[in-house]
Amino acid sequence: MNDLTAPVSTERRELISFRVGDQEYCVNIMAVREIRGWSPANPLPQSPSYMRGVINLRGAVLPIMDLAARLGMPMVEPTVRSVFIVVQAGDRMVGLLVDAVSDILSITDDLVQPTPDVACESVRSFVRGIISIEGRMISEISLDRILPEREALAA
Amino acid sequence: MDELEAIKVTFFQECEELLADLEGGLLAMQEGVGDIETVNAVFRAVHSIKGGAGAFGLEPLVRFAHVFETLLDAVRSNEVPNTVDLAAVMLRASDVLADHVSAARGLGDVDMAASAAMAAELKAWTDPSAAPPPVAEVSEVAPSQSPAPAVVAADPDALDDDDLGFDFQPMTISIDAQAADAELIPDNVWTVSIRPKSDLYRKANETALLLRELSRLGPIVATMDDSALPTLEFLDAEAAYVTWSVRVETDEGEEAIREVFEFVDGDCELDIVRGEAPVEAALADLLSAIAPPAVEAAPEPAPEPIAVAPAPIVEAPAPVAAPVAAAPTPAAAAPAKVTQADVPGPGQSVIRVDPERIDRLIDLVGELVINQAMLAQRVGEYGIAPSSNLAMGLDELEQLTREIQDSVMAIRAQPVKSVFQRMPRLVREVANMTGKQARLVMDGENTEVDKTVIERLSDPITHMLRNAIDHGLESPDERRAAGKNPEGVVRLAALHRSGRIVIEVQDDGKGINRERVLSIAVKKGLIAPDLQLTDEEIDNLIFLPGFSTADKISDVSGRGVGMDVVKRSVQALGGRISITSRPGLGSTFTLSLPLTLAVLDGMVVDVAGETLVVPLAAIVESLRPKPEEVRPLGPVGSVLAVRDSFVPLIDVGLALGYRTTSPSPTEGVVLLVEGEDGSRAALVADAIHGQRQVVIKSLEQNYQQVEGVAAATILGDGRVALILDVDAVINLRRRESPRPVEPTLIAAE
Repeated sequence: MNDLTAPVSTERRELISFRVGDQEYCVNIMAVREIRGWSPANPLPQSPSYMRGVINLRGAVLPIMDLAARLGMPMVEPTVRSVFIVVQAGDRMVGLLVDAVSDILSITDDLVQPTPDVACESVRSFVRGIISIEGRMISEISLDRILPEREALAA
Repeated sequence: MDELEAIKVTFFQECEELLADLEGGLLAMQEGVGDIETVNAVFRAVHSIKGGAGAFGLEPLVRFAHVFETLLDAVRSNEVPNTVDLAAVMLRASDVLADHVSAARGLGDVDMAASAAMAAELKAWTDPSAAPPPVAEVSEVAPSQSPAPAVVAADPDALDDDDLGFDFQPMTISIDAQAADAELIPDNVWTVSIRPKSDLYRKANETALLLRELSRLGPIVATMDDSALPTLEFLDAEAAYVTWSVRVETDEGEEAIREVFEFVDGDCELDIVRGEAPVEAALADLLSAIAPPAVEAAPEPAPEPIAVAPAPIVEAPAPVAAPVAAAPTPAAAAPAKVTQADVPGPGQSVIRVDPERIDRLIDLVGELVINQAMLAQRVGEYGIAPSSNLAMGLDELEQLTREIQDSVMAIRAQPVKSVFQRMPRLVREVANMTGKQARLVMDGENTEVDKTVIERLSDPITHMLRNAIDHGLESPDERRAAGKNPEGVVRLAALHRSGRIVIEVQDDGKGINRERVLSIAVKKGLIAPDLQLTDEEIDNLIFLPGFSTADKISDVSGRGVGMDVVKRSVQALGGRISITSRPGLGSTFTLSLPLTLAVLDGMVVDVAGETLVVPLAAIVESLRPKPEEVRPLGPVGSVLAVRDSFVPLIDVGLALGYRTTSPSPTEGVVLLVEGEDGSRAALVADAIHGQRQVVIKSLEQNYQQVEGVAAATILGDGRVALILDVDAVINLRRRESPRPVEPTLIAAE
């Protein structure tokens, strides 16, 4: 149901790859709205540690997620090179804090390998598959799972 | 959800688009810019709605759409001139059609009288000579042997005509005036049943031609039975599904009739019977539909009694008018004052605007407010004298900005009628379910409130009404014993009060049994047993989480969703809810909400380096506490002495997790706030920046609700500031305390 773009075709699609720590990840370019330089976010109370807070994106309140922390890796203090990638995840927009954007890949689905079983739980649920290209290993992020489910506080 | 339901959902989605297309096209026609393509598009929209509705057996919708379609078809073929007046009429018809769609979807009721009147009006355009008022038409049509021309509308529009290999065109066949005497001379009346096989069509024969041939023998009344027609997905395009029952009046005899079918011999099952028994049966159905249903008839007197009959499409519009004229209020159990839908008359100029454009405008004005605030802030920083031209100009700008904002908000304001309209039915249903008699009286349906609030009103009102009937009203027997009218009255009212909208739900039931409420609250450990509470405080205990007074869990209100949930959702909107009760006389729920969810007056404060906005409505006063006013209480807590009472001190930074140790309250500023339940608390902040109107931005849109935070806003400097949810902050702290309600807190009130 979530995987409307499940690997069935050999159609080419484009991905934006970026670095988180010393690993490479990517997301579908169609989901990316914009890439912005890091600016401090207002912390949200009672929120998981990977939620960095919210920023003003041209009048909209945009939550910023620390992708490293979301994937279970230690949080990295943002530097001047840090950026956040504004992506559309379902009906929501979220900024993903990453260390740096690398390049744009054009791949076919047959290059995508299933996530190996050895990976830890959070990686297994957030990584759709692994792409091997030019000797690099790039994990594709599954955007519809990365945001926490909306909690229904008021039923 | 079964497959059919899923398809139905899709159909309704399509309907929405089609209705929008329809409206757009009609508006173009009204402005005189519509060409033949527009007319075609409008026709297709109505036709598609009718087709889909037919597949799902949505009779009232089909019937209304059919009348509409007939008129549009006439416009399309230039039989009826395409005028601006006509477009205005059709616009209103499209509103009625939309009502029908909503009704079929289970959202709201159709004003059937208005629908029938509209149908008659549409018919009057197709045939100006026959423009009977709807009621008169009913009485004329009832005995179907009347000299009125019978329209044989063979029109299984659920299918594309070509798919079946035959082409039905509505054909009009005049019946002689003598037909009225048919019952007296039954000798020359024949009933012909035609059940074509698919071979009939394969051989390029056509039922319509057979019917025409039959009509040469004498006046006929043909009834098509499409009950065997499957839904589109199971339809075999080559198969024959419809059958016909034709009443022929002829002196030619059976042979002549058989001759008509000579060419289709073997390709269709044919029954020729003297007399008209089947027609009489159909007639009886019609007549029973016209007879006024008894008031205590079925709980939902469906306005389509014809649906039981195998969908005879003869004189389709008539049955619609019939039951309605006879029984205009199926809402007999709760005859609320539901006014007819506001249909803008042709003379009245109304602009229809896409709501998204207004939302965009409101967003922009919100940005303008932010920008104006920013400008004022910058100017303030430069130390410009308040009497200078620049400062005065800025003041004027601020005033203008406010006025623009108010005007824009007024565009989006809607009467609460749209929510209230759904309630009579709810009251009926709940009353039926609980075996109580309830009458709904509504007041102030025209009270206007912002669209964003309207959308959120429905749930709390539904809940309060259910509660009023289920828990408030007594059973008819109990009421009689108490000397009351067995029928209880529930009053639903809306009014404006001091910049808020107030919704009241009042019942004349037994009122709250305070002893029981108190004992339940104590038993469930919600309050301390030795607590002394005022009557009002006891009444409001029903809003405590985990409280439910129903002896047994009922279908209606005991679904695990108590009044505490209603209260929380209301509070999340910046609203308040309370109850007052008089034993034996009834209770009143009062719900108050801000008029808009778009802007808020707030106090900007600093807490642990973060900027927060505290809703002004919650703030009673702000003060700098003196050291002697702060008294420690227990191991960690402290209270603030405000005049004669003691109020718990809450450090906002601590409550929200911005810091782990709280500075001394004397170093900061204290905001004395009042929660929705009237409980007070003293919120400690580091500094106050002043009062500002802020534009509310939802956190939920891109993230989710955050406890302690009502929403966010963007300040003049472009940074985000969170808007504090005062009640949640008070409750956050309460939850950490060992007992749910502290005696000190109650005492402080």
